[in-house]
Amino acid sequence: MNKELSREERADALSGMGCKRKRVEDARFTQGKGNYVDDIKLPGMLFGDFVRSPYAHARIKSINTDAAMALDGVVAVLTAADLAPLGLHWMPTLAGDKQMVLADGKVLFQGQEVAYVVAKDRYIAADAVELVEVEYEELDVIVDPFASLESDVVLREDLVAEDGSLPDGAHGPRKHHNHIFTWEVGDKETTEQVIGDAEVVAEDMFYYHRTHPCPLETCGCVASMDKVNGKLTLYGTFQAPHAIRTVVSLISGIEEHNIRVISPDIGGGFGNKVGAYPGYVCSVVASIVTGVPVKWVEDRMENLMTTAFARDYWMKGKIAATKEGKITGLWCHTTADHGGFDACADPTKFPAGFMNICTGSYDIPVAYLAVDGVYTNKAPGGVSYRCSFRVTEAVYFIERMIEVLAIELNMDPAELRRINFIKKEQFPYKSALGWEYDSGDYHTAWDKALEAVDYKGLRAEQAQRVEDFKAGKTRSLMGIGLTFFTEIVGAGPVKNCDILGLGMFDSCEIRIHPTGSAIARLGTISQGQGHATTFAQILATEIGLPADSITIEEGDTDTAPYGLGTYGSRSTPVAGAATAMAGRKIRAKAQMIAAYLLEVHDDDVEFDVDRFVVKGAPEKFKTMKEIAFAAYNQAIPGIEPGLEAVSYYDPPNMTYPFGAYVCVMDIDVDTGVTDIRRFYALDDCGTRINPMIIEGQIHGGLTEALAVALGQEIAYDDMGNVKTGTLMDFFLPTAWEVPNYETDHTVTPSPHHPIGAKGVGESPHVGGVPCFSNAVNDAFKAFGLRHTHMPHDHWRIWQTANKLGLHG
Amino acid sequence: MIPAAFEYHRPKDMAGVLAVLVEHGDEARVLAGGHSLIPMMKLRMADVPHLIDLQDVDGLSGITVDGGRVRIGAMTTQSDIIGHAALAEAAPIMREASLQIADPQVRYMGTVGGNVANGDPGNDMPGLMQCLDATFILVGPDGEREVQARDFYEAAYMTDREDDEVLLAVAFDAPSGGYAYEKQKRKIGDYATAAAAVLLEKNGDTCSAASIAMTNLSDTPVWSEAAGNALVGTSVDAAAIDAAVAAMLGDIDPTQDNRGPIEFKRHAAAMILRRAIARAWDRA
Ligand SMILES: Cc1cc2nc3c(=O)[nH]c(=O)nc-3n(C[C@H](O)[C@H](O)[C@H](O)COP(=O)(O)OP(=O)(O)OC[C@H]3O[C@@H](n4cnc5c(N)ncnc54)[C@H](O)[C@@H]3O)c2cc1C
Repeated sequence: MNKELSREERADALSGMGCKRKRVEDARFTQGKGNYVDDIKLPGMLFGDFVRSPYAHARIKSINTDAAMALDGVVAVLTAADLAPLGLHWMPTLAGDKQMVLADGKVLFQGQEVAYVVAKDRYIAADAVELVEVEYEELDVIVDPFASLESDVVLREDLVAEDGSLPDGAHGPRKHHNHIFTWEVGDKETTEQVIGDAEVVAEDMFYYHRTHPCPLETCGCVASMDKVNGKLTLYGTFQAPHAIRTVVSLISGIEEHNIRVISPDIGGGFGNKVGAYPGYVCSVVASIVTGVPVKWVEDRMENLMTTAFARDYWMKGKIAATKEGKITGLWCHTTADHGGFDACADPTKFPAGFMNICTGSYDIPVAYLAVDGVYTNKAPGGVSYRCSFRVTEAVYFIERMIEVLAIELNMDPAELRRINFIKKEQFPYKSALGWEYDSGDYHTAWDKALEAVDYKGLRAEQAQRVEDFKAGKTRSLMGIGLTFFTEIVGAGPVKNCDILGLGMFDSCEIRIHPTGSAIARLGTISQGQGHATTFAQILATEIGLPADSITIEEGDTDTAPYGLGTYGSRSTPVAGAATAMAGRKIRAKAQMIAAYLLEVHDDDVEFDVDRFVVKGAPEKFKTMKEIAFAAYNQAIPGIEPGLEAVSYYDPPNMTYPFGAYVCVMDIDVDTGVTDIRRFYALDDCGTRINPMIIEGQIHGGLTEALAVALGQEIAYDDMGNVKTGTLMDFFLPTAWEVPNYETDHTVTPSPHHPIGAKGVGESPHVGGVPCFSNAVNDAFKAFGLRHTHMPHDHWRIWQTANKLGLHG
Repeated sequence: MIPAAFEYHRPKDMAGVLAVLVEHGDEARVLAGGHSLIPMMKLRMADVPHLIDLQDVDGLSGITVDGGRVRIGAMTTQSDIIGHAALAEAAPIMREASLQIADPQVRYMGTVGGNVANGDPGNDMPGLMQCLDATFILVGPDGEREVQARDFYEAAYMTDREDDEVLLAVAFDAPSGGYAYEKQKRKIGDYATAAAAVLLEKNGDTCSAASIAMTNLSDTPVWSEAAGNALVGTSVDAAAIDAAVAAMLGDIDPTQDNRGPIEFKRHAAAMILRRAIARAWDRA
C-alpha cells in the first residue's frame, strides 16, 4: 500500500519536523486528566505545612511547639534543633552558598521557614501552624542593596569569622559583611579609556525590578521513604529531577540508587522549580522519621513570598560611540540583590549567569562588566524566569542603553541598531565579553520587521500625535518600542557549564519495538512546553517512524537517562540534539539490517523518509517498520538483536536565537493607562520543529513579558513586608489585557546543532520585556524623558508624565 | 490558604437563618456568593465559626421593576443583573457598573447583597447604591426595617447592619436622565483605583438634578452631595465640571496602596469623574 504514496505523502504521514502537529499532551490537560504532584495520594500520607516568619529580620528567642503537638492529628513539629543532629538544618544552595532549612537562631526574610508541622490532614496542619509559639526579637531591616553595603547590620553572622574577618565566598573575596561576590568580565582598563576618550557617551541606571515566575502550579513534593527496602521515592515539581536526585543523595547520605525522583506533570516552571527548597528537605526528613509518605504543597502566597524570585538587578551603564553612532565600548556595573541567601540558579562559574551577553546583537569592540552580589532581608532566589541565566537582564540593559544612546546622538534608534549589528559574515562572532555567537543574520530580520510594521509610517504618525498633544487636541501619546535581542541558550558545554559540579549535557535513550513503534526517554522534563510532541517529531524525521508511534517519556530518574533538566531553553539545543544523535545511531544500525535484508552492501542503501532503498533502485526497499521487526526476530550475522540507542550530548557551544520585536502603544497621559495597539514579533530560532508550538511559546512568553514590563513585581515596604503576596496585587495578565500578537520568522540554523535548532521558549520573554518598556519610554521621549524604571503600571506612568510637567 | 474549622448551616427559610444568627451572634455569618467571604476565611482574616449558607432560602433573589420602582433581591447575582432586560431599561447604570465588576466567573457567584453588605470600600455596588439613593431592606429577629444606602456605611467593613440582621433586598426609583459608571482598574478582576457613578437630569440645556458617588477613595463609599450640587443649575460647562471635581476632591480621602500614592489617586479620581460626567451629560 505504501508503494503508492509519493515521497511527500510518506513524509507527511510521519508528522516529522516542520509540521504543525497537535500537542499530544493537550487531550489530558484540557480534560482535567493531568497528574500533578498534588494529585498524588499515597496510603497513609501525612501533610506538611510551615510556620513562617512574619518579620524580615529577627532573632528567634524561643519556639514552643507544645500546643501544636497537643492538637489531635499532629504527628510532628520539626525545628532547626531537630534537623541539626542530621546536619540538615542548613542546606547548600545552587550558587555555592548555604541556606537555612529551618530558622537557625534568626530569620532573614519575611516568610522564612521557621518550623515544619506534620499532621494527618492538610487542615490540621494549618491549624497547628497557628499554635506554634515563636518569640522573635526584631532586628534592623535592610531592603536596599546599596544601603546594605554601607550598613553595620550583619545579615549573615555565619559568614563572618570569629575575629571579624570575612572569609572568601564561593566566588572569591568579599568586600563587606553583606557582600556576596564580585564578578568581573572583560577589559576594564581599555573600556574605561575608550569611554573617557569617546565623542559621545550615554550613561544611565536601569533597575530591573524584583518579580516572580509565578507558575500556575506552585512548588510541592511527596516524599515516600520505604523503610523495608530503604528506598526513597520523591515526587516533586522539579525542573531538574536527576540533579535533585544527586543533591538529595549528597545531602542525605542515601545512596543514589536508593533514590527515585519523579517529576509528574508540571504546571509551568519558568525557573521557579529549578532550585531545592526547605519544603523538600523537611518532607524527606519527615517521611524518614515517620516511615510514611509526606506531602507538602505551597499555597500561592508562599510561592510568591518565598520560593525563587527573579531579577532585582540595578544596572549602571555607560556606552561610548562616535558622532556617527558607531559604538566603541560598553561598561556595566550591576548591583544584584540576592536576598538573605544566595540561592541563584546559575552554572557554577557564572555567579551572574550569562549577564555577559549584555553586548547584545552589536559589534562592540571592547566591554567590561562587573556584578556585585549583595545580601538583603528579602527572599532568596534569583532564578531565570523564562530566560537563560540572567539573559533577560542583559538584554533589557543593552536594549535600554541603545535607546538612551540614540537620544544622546539624536538618532533614530532603529538606524542606530542597524549600523551596529554584527554582520552576517562576521559569524561565528567572538564577543568582547567572551562568547562565540554561532550564527545570525540580523540585518535581514530587522529590515523585515521594520517593513512589516511600516516603521516610517509609525514614526510619522507619532510625530503628528506629539503635535496634536502640544496643541491640546489629544491627551494620548504614542510609543514605538523596538527591540533586537540575541539570547544565549542551551547550557551548556560541560567544559564551562556545570551546576554543583554536574555537567550540563543531556541525554536521550530510544527503544524501537519490534512492530515499529518506539519509546524515547530524555533527561529533560516538560512543564508545558510540549516535549512529547516535538521530540517525537525530531525522531520521526530522523528514524522514519510516525511521530504518533513514538512515546516520549521524561521525569522518572529510575527509567530516564541522566540529564540536567529543562530551563534556560536547553531542552531542544541539548536534549533535542541528543535525540537526533540517538536517532542517527538507530538509523546506522537499521542501515546494516536493511542492507542484509536487501542483499546488498551497507553503502548501497540509502535512507529515504521512512525506509532504506537500494541506491538507483527505489523499488527495492525495506521500511523502518520492517527493519524493526527484523532487528528483533531475524538472525543477522554479526549484528546483535534489538534496536536501541542512547546518546549523551555535550554541546560544543551554546545556541544564539535572536529576534526583532516592535510594539505600538497608546498611553493615556492622565490616567497612565496603556493600550497595546500592535505587537509584532519576528523570531529566528533556527530550524523550526513545530511551528504551532513555537507560536504558542511566543504568545506565552510575550504575555509574561507584558506582565513584567507593565506591572508584575514583588514589592517590599521598608520593614521588609511583601506588598504583593496575592494575585490581586501580583499582576498576572488575563485574555483581557493581552493584545493580538503578530508572529513572523526568519530561519538561520545553528551550524553546530545536529538539526540546526536553537530553542525558542524564552525568546519572547527576553525580547518582549525591553520592547514593552521601550514603547513606554519612547512615548515620552519627545518631552525629554531618557529613562523611567519598570514596572510601567498606571501610577508610575502617571508619575513620569507628572514629572515631565504634562499635567498642566 | 486553609480556613479554620467552621460549622456549616444550610437553613431552608429565613426563620432558620435568624435562629442561627441569634444563637451565635458575631460568631455567625451568612454566606451568599462567597467571593468576598471565603477568601477572607482562607486567609484567616475572617474567623467564622458558624457559616450560614443562604442558597436554600426562598425569595431572596430576583429582580422586579414595578411602576418605576426597582427591587433586587439580595441573592441576585451580578450576572443576573447584566442579563436582565427590564432592569437594563429602567436603570442601565446597573448593567454598566456590573460589567465592570470582577470577571464573568466571579459575577456568576457574586451577589448584590454580598456586595453591598460586605462593607469593603473596594466594592462597586455600595457607591452605586448611594448614587441611586437606594433603600436597603433588612430583616432581623424584630422584623424588617429599611435604611438608606447613604446612611449605611460607617467605616471599612462596618455598616449599620446588626450582627443578627440579614439584607433582603435593595430598592430604588428608576433614574431618569443620563448615567455613567466609570472605573479605572489595573486589570480585569481588579477593584477600582478610582470609580465614579454619575446620574444627571437635563432640563433644556440645564442640569436639573445630579447625583455623584465615588468608590475606593475612602474607607466607605463617598456620595458627594457638593459635587452634584455644583452641576445643578449649570449647563455642565467646563467651570461647572471643575467645581464638581473640586467638591468631590474635598470629600474623598484615599490612602496609598499598590494602586499608587494618594496624589495619583486624587488625580485619577478627578479624571474618572470628568469622564463620567461627560458621558452622563451626553446621554442626558
Ligand atoms: C477576583 C475577584 C475580583 C473581584 N472584583 C470585584 C470588583 O471589581 N468590584 C466589586 O464590587 N467586587 C469585586 N469582587 C467581589 C465580588 O463581587 C463579591 O462576590 C462580592 O463583593 C460579595 O458578594 P458575595 O455574594 O460573593 O458575598 P459573600 O462573599 O458571600 O459575602 C460577603 C459579606 O457579605 C455578607 N453578606 C452576604 N450576603 C448577605 C446578606 N444577604 N445579608 C447580610 N450580609 C450578607 C457576608 O456575611 C459577608 O460578610 C471580586 C471578587 C473576586 C474574587
